[in-house]
Amino acid sequence: MTQYLIRRIFWAFFLFVVATMITYVIFFVVPADPATLAAGKATKPEIVAHIRRELHLNLPIYQQYWLFVWNLVRHGSFGYSFVNGLPVRTMLGQEIPVTASIVVGGVVMYLAIAIPTGVISALRPRSILDRSGMIFVLVGISAPSVWIGLILIYLVGFRLGWTPIGDYCNLKPTHAIGVCSGPGQWAYHLLLPWITLAVGSAALYTRLIRANVMETMSEDYVRTARAKGASPSRVLVQHVLRNSMLQVVTILGMDLGLLLGGVVFIEIVFGMPGLGAQLVQAAPRFDLPVIVGIVLFATLSVITFNFLVDVLYAWLDPRIRLA
Amino acid sequence: MALLEVQDLHTRFRTDDGVVKAVSGVSFELDRGKTLGVVGESGSGKSVTFLTVMGLVDRKIAEVEGSVRYDGEELLRASSSRLQKIRGRRIGMIFQDPMTSLNPVKKIGWQLEEAVRLHNDVSRDEARRRAIQALQEVEIPRAETRVDDYPHQFSGGMRQRVMIAMALINQPEVIIADEPTTALDVTTQAQILRLMKKLQDDHGAAIVMITHDLGVVAELADDVLVMYGGRVVEEAKVDDLFAAPQMPYTWGLLGSLPRLEQVATRLEQIPGQPPSLLHPPRGCAFNPRCAYVFDKCRAELPGLDPAPDKADHRYRCHLDDAERERIWAAKKAALTGVEGSAA
Repeated sequence: MTQYLIRRIFWAFFLFVVATMITYVIFFVVPADPATLAAGKATKPEIVAHIRRELHLNLPIYQQYWLFVWNLVRHGSFGYSFVNGLPVRTMLGQEIPVTASIVVGGVVMYLAIAIPTGVISALRPRSILDRSGMIFVLVGISAPSVWIGLILIYLVGFRLGWTPIGDYCNLKPTHAIGVCSGPGQWAYHLLLPWITLAVGSAALYTRLIRANVMETMSEDYVRTARAKGASPSRVLVQHVLRNSMLQVVTILGMDLGLLLGGVVFIEIVFGMPGLGAQLVQAAPRFDLPVIVGIVLFATLSVITFNFLVDVLYAWLDPRIRLA
Repeated sequence: MALLEVQDLHTRFRTDDGVVKAVSGVSFELDRGKTLGVVGESGSGKSVTFLTVMGLVDRKIAEVEGSVRYDGEELLRASSSRLQKIRGRRIGMIFQDPMTSLNPVKKIGWQLEEAVRLHNDVSRDEARRRAIQALQEVEIPRAETRVDDYPHQFSGGMRQRVMIAMALINQPEVIIADEPTTALDVTTQAQILRLMKKLQDDHGAAIVMITHDLGVVAELADDVLVMYGGRVVEEAKVDDLFAAPQMPYTWGLLGSLPRLEQVATRLEQIPGQPPSLLHPPRGCAFNPRCAYVFDKCRAELPGLDPAPDKADHRYRCHLDDAERERIWAAKKAALTGVEGSAA
């Protein structure tokens, strides 16, 4: 197990190095001059030249990469936004909690729907629940989240007036006047984004879990367990669930990693200032430090969750742990 | 009274294509301590018969009729909680493929302890002690340490020993072994069979040996059922069956066995495919493949009737006695070669 962990950690680290390199190279093949961009509209040649030196753009690319990595590792710095001059780290620090709030809440919500629905429809194939689940799945898969978000805003937020139609409130309470905060407001404002995220994925996960549970139910060792005299509920809990969750865990890990890089559509539809919304703002302005910062964070989150999946997988399945 | 009495058992599966008649009117009895061999090709209904006996067919898709009496108690109408008490405690089951029949994510010891604790109110320590003892009994070396291993750390033969240990751990009166040696190599097969024989001698359990290997039947069984197309087509004491099989399908099975004294001739094969259970042939199910078929075979299902001189040797065949005797004598001569022609 220890050896397995060391190997996995090594690979995660290696992936991160490769990812930063690629991101950095892309930074430089983009057909835009960062110095001109950083200088803004009033571009006197000497100012551009000064900025070029300041950003070390006159150095060869490998030295620039080294500086970039050095700043990142030594100072935890991603540089400063070309647009507003703020440290990218500060910006990420504000945006990550927004995206994470949407993603974690949404994932919890869709798992809470998909696990019971998937298991029950697997146990009772062709039942009414299974069939209505199938319709729900088709709708969820076919409808883009932008559309679902807009419909929810119109119906639930605007016509019924049950929820806010946008904005993000901090989870941590503050006493500043005119700023909404605290767990209650936080969850209240996130309700529609969560539902929007959950609808599509709950559908997918219900199908996935249903298929996996059904497949596991037909395994020989499940028949063995029944032949031993185990009750149906014991068979389900002790023999079916763990084996059928292996694939679900893999896909969930990948999903979480990807989503944390920014849930662009949901953030924009609901006016939430998260990573995805920021990326959409930064990209057309060539705000390269911000883009690199977000891309690196997304990479890191994918790598981290893949690593967690590997560890969890090994814990779930001894054949991997001991191989 | 026999320990297990099955009367006119029918199992039909509803599928999208129609009703599959997997078992059609099977009857037999099993006495304490005896071994019943059940022979037939894949799809002959032999496995489904015993899955039905165990209550392991999915009643949502399967219709079951007839009677299964275990120690006087009707099992087909027993509640599922009652069946859970019988399964694993009074009837143990061993399956064909040891590579897939054990839960890959649980330790061997856990799986054995589960079998103990499902039927006995004992502590974990006691369950573990019994698990180790059961592993020793099936001759697994270093049982005290192997008990903490996972199934993938065992070879196929060792896993089948674990399956046997699990089926035997509560000392059931009946063990149903569904092709327990089919997935194993020949030397391992012999070891497993010897082990089962020994355990039967020690515990006095009755065994149902489901197999397509007549060699296994000859070695272990007291009585034999030959199944074809979901029906019993011949039943007899093992010696009678091998000495004087009475119907063409059994002749075919015996003819396809390799024999040492036979000199380099091609093994006989039964032409054609096993019958479709979805659209079974009219009349005798074997008629499309039978070399001795005549009109009556295509029209009318032969009854399971006793041989003229032996009431406990019964078979389904329309051939008349003289004809059958003549054909078997010729077959026997061909099968046993020199020995036969000298006789």
